[in-house]
Amino acid sequence: MPELTKTPVETEVPETGALAAAEPVREKARSLWQDAWRDLRRNPVFIISGLLITFLVVIAIWPGLIASGDPGDCDLAHSLQGSAAGHPFGFDQQGCDVYTRTVFGARASITVGVLATLGSAVLGGVLGGLAGFFGGWWDTLLSRLADVFFGIPILLGGLVFLSLVGGSLWSVITFIVLLGWPQVARIARGAVVTVKQQDYVQAARALGAGSTRMMLRHVLPNAVAPVIVVSTIALGTYISLEATLSFLGVGLRPPTVSWGIDISSASSSFRNAPHMLLYPAGALSITVLAFILLGDAVRDALDPKLR
Amino acid sequence: MAEPILEVRDLVKHFPLTQGVLLKKQIGAVKAVDGVSFDLLRGETLGIVGESGCGKSTLAKVLMNLERATSGQVLYKGEDISRLSGRALKAVRRNIQMVFQDPYTSLNPRMTVGDIIGEPFEIHPEVAPKGDRRRAVQDLLDVVGLNPEYINRYPHQFSGGQRQRIGIARGLALRPEVIIADEPVSALDVSVQAQVVNLLEKLQDEFELSYMFIAHDLSIVRHISDRVGVMYLGKMVEIGTDTQIYDHPTHPYTQALLSAVPVPDPEAREGRERIILQGDVPSPANPPSGCRFRTRCWKAQEKCAQEVPLLAVPQVLSGPAAHDSACHFAEEKDVVGAA
Amino acid sequence: MTTTTEKSVNPQAGKAGTPLLEVRDLHVEFRTRDGVAKAVNGVNYSVSAGETLAVLGESGSGKSVTAQAIMGILDSPPGFVTQGQINFQGRDLLKLSEKERRRIRGAKMAMIFQDALSSLNPVLTVGYQLGEMFRVHQGMSRKDAKAKAIELMDRVRIPAARERVNDYPHQFSGGMRQRIMIAMALALEPDLIIADEPTTALDVTVQAQVMDLLAELQREYHMGLILITHDLGVVADVADKIAVMYAGRIVETAPVHELYKQPAHPYTRGLLDSIPRLDQKGQELYAIKGLPPNLLRIPSGCAFNPRCPMAQDVCRTDIPVLHPVTDSRGSACHFWKETLDG
Repeated sequence: MPELTKTPVETEVPETGALAAAEPVREKARSLWQDAWRDLRRNPVFIISGLLITFLVVIAIWPGLIASGDPGDCDLAHSLQGSAAGHPFGFDQQGCDVYTRTVFGARASITVGVLATLGSAVLGGVLGGLAGFFGGWWDTLLSRLADVFFGIPILLGGLVFLSLVGGSLWSVITFIVLLGWPQVARIARGAVVTVKQQDYVQAARALGAGSTRMMLRHVLPNAVAPVIVVSTIALGTYISLEATLSFLGVGLRPPTVSWGIDISSASSSFRNAPHMLLYPAGALSITVLAFILLGDAVRDALDPKLR
Repeated sequence: MAEPILEVRDLVKHFPLTQGVLLKKQIGAVKAVDGVSFDLLRGETLGIVGESGCGKSTLAKVLMNLERATSGQVLYKGEDISRLSGRALKAVRRNIQMVFQDPYTSLNPRMTVGDIIGEPFEIHPEVAPKGDRRRAVQDLLDVVGLNPEYINRYPHQFSGGQRQRIGIARGLALRPEVIIADEPVSALDVSVQAQVVNLLEKLQDEFELSYMFIAHDLSIVRHISDRVGVMYLGKMVEIGTDTQIYDHPTHPYTQALLSAVPVPDPEAREGRERIILQGDVPSPANPPSGCRFRTRCWKAQEKCAQEVPLLAVPQVLSGPAAHDSACHFAEEKDVVGAA
Repeated sequence: MTTTTEKSVNPQAGKAGTPLLEVRDLHVEFRTRDGVAKAVNGVNYSVSAGETLAVLGESGSGKSVTAQAIMGILDSPPGFVTQGQINFQGRDLLKLSEKERRRIRGAKMAMIFQDALSSLNPVLTVGYQLGEMFRVHQGMSRKDAKAKAIELMDRVRIPAARERVNDYPHQFSGGMRQRIMIAMALALEPDLIIADEPTTALDVTVQAQVMDLLAELQREYHMGLILITHDLGVVADVADKIAVMYAGRIVETAPVHELYKQPAHPYTRGLLDSIPRLDQKGQELYAIKGLPPNLLRIPSGCAFNPRCPMAQDVCRTDIPVLHPVTDSRGSACHFWKETLDG
């Protein structure tokens, strides 16, 4: 085999020369992830929703930071009272402090939202990804299975499932994952099928790469973005689903503190104590909105069509 | 005459057309490549031309073992590689590499240029020891005319022509003997095409490569090829040296194709006869009987519908112009105006 | 960077009567997150009725953006026309309201795109889409519109038009679809047609059919035709005059024969030299060195100077104006005389 030789100056110079003229050499290597991150940092929607979510996550972990009381510390003497000194949101039926309960309620929502999202993303991502990558009967089977789960009416399914296994943090998460994975799987499958047909995957095959390498080095990094986007957007809806199920009495149950439960108990006395409903419902709406906005911002940053 | 490095024998690739969701039933087949035979000689460039749907890209994929041949043989140095798999296939891949058409989809956007060009070494670690790989990648960048300092950049930071050079460097990494280039310059700007064509020619001399150069641009194919094969609807209709094909075409399809090429010279243009074909290429799922070109051919007769013409030297040809042509009524016609 | 006002004569002006379309000193920029891309930097050209102007250029030369600005279909944002005039039949289109421009689009000027499949609506029949032009613009009845659609399909030589009028776009081949696009553009008998790479996506043998058809219909209807292409071969066949664009400027303009015989700009010369010939086997190809410019950072002076074999210091500082080479030719090169002789 001949040795590698230097290219004649004729072709060497123009390439580097033109590049140097067009773009300063100091230009840094930028991956698509770095580009997306740069976009995100400049997006006010991302900044606002990101700050909000950080705040929510922090108080979900350490509610004591902004609420000194105990959500179970109630005094019937204060039942349905409006705001008072040290109790800005007033009291609920049981005489519990609404402010403290609203703050502590973040934990359940965030926990359910984050864990259910992770669960459905991993389950749906892996199953959908494998279906897309290998195709064949495995793909057919999985697609039909996903259709079956798609067919389950959410509330009816929730009522049946949770009244059978009992409402708890884990059973609610399990239920949401069971309902949520097909959506992720469908997206993941589509993304993998698209990426698999790209020339660079064919090029890797032509080089002799095995399935594992193609999957991990080529398909996964290029197919993961849509899964992230759909999961971030789904997170908000999962939180509201938890609240809905808890509201209906089949989700989380007292003594767990949840916005859904509080909204449920507030609804009966809405006329004489609207504050009971207002604060947990407001917190819920803001949280859901924050995650949906984050999802939107992430999609804008990762969507290749806008790049 | 050099010895053949690839011998393609009666190669067939049919894509089944199926119906039904769970129980798939075959209802037909797209006959993308339908009985093609030719040799690729050591050190030569064989150009393959034809319009969309003629099967030239499928042919490349089958030769690369990216698609399994339905039947037929691909002999690499006498060994049939079309049925290989696993380790034996991987070993053959070192010797036959590919350059893709689209420089935008053929490079993984999430990998750096260093990782892309270095990947062949990761897959075949015996080619370059670990410590030498960075150096080897930089040498390759240099060989294809790119600044070796760009090793940590990502594909989207390069222009189309530069990306195609990266793709060529990846194809060269394993020091293959054969490179199959599928429309390697058709996605590039005119002013950049010439750079890449020159690079490919330089590399051929330097590394003693044999090229199969697939393209629809007949001018570029003439420029780069030693021999040219013309495909139509899954069949090779004519094959010969560049002079034989361009100056002495005998198949009506080749003649029509050549005469239709827009020539960037209004004066040369005026003296040329133009054959404008009627209609479109029929579907490869349902090709015409007999000669596949007969539905658009001005010479077609009863015989053409009944007998498949064989690819052989027609009787009317003799001397240096003699070459294979698959037409019942082959005759020479100068359409390029070489004179 | 010195800015030179392009006071030089427009070689196309002065032709009998006012031209159908006249673009004057057009500037278009795209405001992107990476900065301002100057896509069109002072383009002047004109087309008369019955005339074919070929606009030749590579990707990023501004040839399509100019056409989009003329049609009024520029994506805005990010694209903005920042300066210039587009005079069409005596009116400056840039001063018209969106409503007035919409009325001109389709009726007075029409466009044919490269990708016919994505320009046609896949869920509507071809006949319906053709007929829509008449229903919307002329208030024709459904039945009359369909008859008109069949007539148009006949015009562009689609075989068995009567039977195929109810087919969907995907049922046609690429060449037939492009014919339908041509039919659609012709429907209201516009005075100007802009064809943006109309045959690039087609096979060689089909290209010839479609190009012939377009040229024939143009003669028949006596329309102005702007043919945008990167293919020097296609241009040679049908154009009357050529404008070569580079980095958003016209670098050379000339009647077809003269340009091919004796280019007056080094870029044009380089392009012509870099394409291999069909009728002879050449030596190593001449290659224009370097890369097309990045529109975010167009080189100072003449944009072609980093790639130009003739570049001198003046090329790096002064933007060349379009010097009149003859009555009908112009070259935006400081050394056009030398280029013409060399």
